[in-house]
Amino acid sequence: MISRSLFILFSIASLLNCRFTQAESAADVIAAVQPKVVKIFGAGGLKNLANYGSGIIVSPDGHIVTVWNHLLDSDVVSVVLYDGRRFFGRVIGTDSRKDVAILKIDAKELPFFDINQTSQVGPGASILAFSNVFKVATGDEPVTVMQGVVSAKTELAARRGRYKVPYDGEVYLVDAVTNNPGAAGGALTTIDGRLLGMLGRELKGNNNTWLNYAIPMSELQQSIEDIVAGKISRKNDPLASSTKLKTKPYKSTDFGFFVVPDVVARTPAFVDSIIDDSKAEELGLQPDDLIVFANGELVHSVKTFNEVLGQLVGGDDLQLIVRRGDNLITITFIVPRD
Amino acid sequence: MIEQQELRLRDFAQLCVLAVLVCDPQSVWSQSTSIASTNEVKLVVPDAVLHAEQSRIEVIDRVASSVVAIFAPKGEGGGSGVLISADGFVVTNFHVVQGLGGFMKCGLNDGLVYDAVLVGIDPTGDVAVIKLLGRDDFPFAEIGDSDTVRMGDWTYAMGNPFLLADDFQPTVTYGMVSGTHRYQYPAGTFLEYTDCIQVDTSINPGNSGGPLFNDNGQLIGINGRISVEKRGRVNVGAGYSISINQVMHFLDHLKSGRIVDHATLGATVTSTSDGTVVVAKILDSSEAYRRGLREGDELISFAGRPVRSVNQYKNILGIYPKGWTVPLSYQRDGKRFDVPVQLASLHRQAELAGDPSQPPSMPDDKEDKPPIPIPHLNLEKKPEVPEEYLSLYEEKDGYANYYFNFQMQSQLMAAIRQWGDFKAQPRMWALDLRNQQGEPFQIRMQPTAIAAKFANEFAVLELTEEFTDAPTGSGGLLAALEQLKQLLLDPYNFFTEFYYVGSEPLDGTGERVNVLYSSKGLLSTRWYFSQADQRCVGFDTAIDEEHDACRIRIPALKEFSGVQFPSQLHILSGNETWAILDVTALNFLDPTAKGAP
Repeated sequence: MISRSLFILFSIASLLNCRFTQAESAADVIAAVQPKVVKIFGAGGLKNLANYGSGIIVSPDGHIVTVWNHLLDSDVVSVVLYDGRRFFGRVIGTDSRKDVAILKIDAKELPFFDINQTSQVGPGASILAFSNVFKVATGDEPVTVMQGVVSAKTELAARRGRYKVPYDGEVYLVDAVTNNPGAAGGALTTIDGRLLGMLGRELKGNNNTWLNYAIPMSELQQSIEDIVAGKISRKNDPLASSTKLKTKPYKSTDFGFFVVPDVVARTPAFVDSIIDDSKAEELGLQPDDLIVFANGELVHSVKTFNEVLGQLVGGDDLQLIVRRGDNLITITFIVPRD
Repeated sequence: MIEQQELRLRDFAQLCVLAVLVCDPQSVWSQSTSIASTNEVKLVVPDAVLHAEQSRIEVIDRVASSVVAIFAPKGEGGGSGVLISADGFVVTNFHVVQGLGGFMKCGLNDGLVYDAVLVGIDPTGDVAVIKLLGRDDFPFAEIGDSDTVRMGDWTYAMGNPFLLADDFQPTVTYGMVSGTHRYQYPAGTFLEYTDCIQVDTSINPGNSGGPLFNDNGQLIGINGRISVEKRGRVNVGAGYSISINQVMHFLDHLKSGRIVDHATLGATVTSTSDGTVVVAKILDSSEAYRRGLREGDELISFAGRPVRSVNQYKNILGIYPKGWTVPLSYQRDGKRFDVPVQLASLHRQAELAGDPSQPPSMPDDKEDKPPIPIPHLNLEKKPEVPEEYLSLYEEKDGYANYYFNFQMQSQLMAAIRQWGDFKAQPRMWALDLRNQQGEPFQIRMQPTAIAAKFANEFAVLELTEEFTDAPTGSGGLLAALEQLKQLLLDPYNFFTEFYYVGSEPLDGTGERVNVLYSSKGLLSTRWYFSQADQRCVGFDTAIDEEHDACRIRIPALKEFSGVQFPSQLHILSGNETWAILDVTALNFLDPTAKGAP
């Protein structure tokens, strides 16, 4: 049953592909979408946090939809239009449940996507993805376009912790590698350029796999309208108002313990001592525990442990698996905000 | 932090085995239709789909024979390449052949292994040329025009990713052009991707050096680099292909057997808030400075392309070899200037002359990794190279393979020797010329000095002293004629450096000419030979790097005193014609004879 539907899906996908193969206007479709996608430059630049991203223009007056992420933690972000014009973008509202934020730039008569006229498609539909991946495009250079097929429309079930996302609604999963650094906030469109959704933040699934997905515009439409209408602002979004990007990497002492000094090339990550009345003490971490996994990553040494700490963001989970004697013990911290 | 890395083929040993799902479209179709029929769901495949599929199959069939699998002589790694001519020239990446030495083994999709010899390398542009041996009827790819590539175009990448094919049938991936005219910052030392094509076509380790074809099977790029980040060193949907137009600009340079350099304008530029690109700094010894370019001037266009960002400027600069002349337009105070500029070398020779036989350093590995012990690494096993091919590789400082340079020198010098036997003549040359007003112009060239007399002026150049630009304004006509005399007499003993450069459009816009280079002290000369008929059509002599050259163009040869010599010298310096002189006589006199002037 399943395999049969898969084959039929494949056939449909191929049919849709063919439409594109025939279309003499692939370049025209792309050229029509490009002016409605912007490059965003903001906070970040540390560790694996990119300081660049993407956004979709949804009004002629400069309302831009993007992903609510660390990029927006600086007071202003820089928004670069397709023609190279550069604007200061101001966050006018966020809805962290939908992982969405709206930026406003002072511009008029911009080309835009009408959020009342977006499309929905099922699995097998051919898609295009437009975004500022890897900061390949600067100035008036067009953003990257990729092609692929919707693999599924399903509920998001991403890994918690470092790649946690508050959104748990429906997403389009696609077979192209759409969600690289900088892609968040980019546009997913049909093969003929109709808006389907917004490319989401980078998310790691189980088994060290990465998700390639977009949040359908139908999921975002109400939030976008509410923010633009002033009904939701950043201040009354509980999750958004409290988050600040931590500029210094976390250390083990932020969790209430010391690891042994990093003296040789591969010092095993043993817990050296526990700070009194600390979270570590409360959770039962003990001296001489050997940290073997941190957030699912194998800890080879003190150095790799510190790397994991360095990638944490306030509010994440830090899950440690430690070896004590012959036992493996799991301890989960919540990463403190400043 | 994102690392932009070029693919390193030698990493195969470290790559884990990857599961690769191969989808055969035909079997899928047959299964889907059979399932459909049992369930009485009628599935009609539109003709357009079948035609598109058929056309893909035909394109792949047609071009696959030009795709080359390149292996290190000891089989410890490899990459890809593409044949571009029937005599076996193959374009690949520099980083594929780096460290492989002079000879390598290559496979084609006929299943055969061929010997190949290194020809030339371009470390900055990450391009190399090798030559397959043993046939003169190799299949080769049709060259496309990468400037016509548009976002959304379909492309095929072909090559040898993960060294999958034991029978050298190239792997084909299919995808879309994601961006054109992309600029990718230098990775490691000076390797830089300018004006490249970005694709979502899967490019993986082992694809390096392989071809990117357009939908018609024309070669539009050489795949060489991918964006990688936390997902590992495999395709993440952003691959970069060196544009074939850049490769073709450099092709004759690469065939010269040299280590080829890129170019600079001698100026740095910056973009302003209003979107213009202005000169931030300029060397006053550069040609652009001599053509009037100054700090603060706004660039309008460069090599015929508009300049609206620093990346665009770098993109344009990156696709030309040093020595090429390209048009530059700039404006100052609302006034526009259009000048030709000859591009200077980006690197000093010593910077570039890394030994190509040495393995590459790994500048893009951010972490220090302990060396992986490879058994018998130090037991040098020489690759088996057939005896007959050994003479095709000649090591020399500054060259990837001097053999190919010497071949071209010999070919071009044959054209010079056709002028006649100048060695047999006495060493004092008496050259009588006449300008377009009919006024006489006399030049007497002795072994130690040259004198010129024209109108009421008199110019002397002592050959034992430093060369000057005499006569004033000519850029050094007398020095240039002395170089010509030495070229005709005994170039190999006289010149310090003497090599074949490659080719370029004469004066930026003219016919494509082969270029020979000679130097003596600070004096340098570039000799131009028509690619159409091998004729020497002119030469430029510069008394040093900071002066405009004396540029002499030779419309035709004529017989004088038993030898061939230019019937006219068209002399330019800077951007101006200095004189057009008709040769009326050339006589060879014994300098010791009585009555010599």
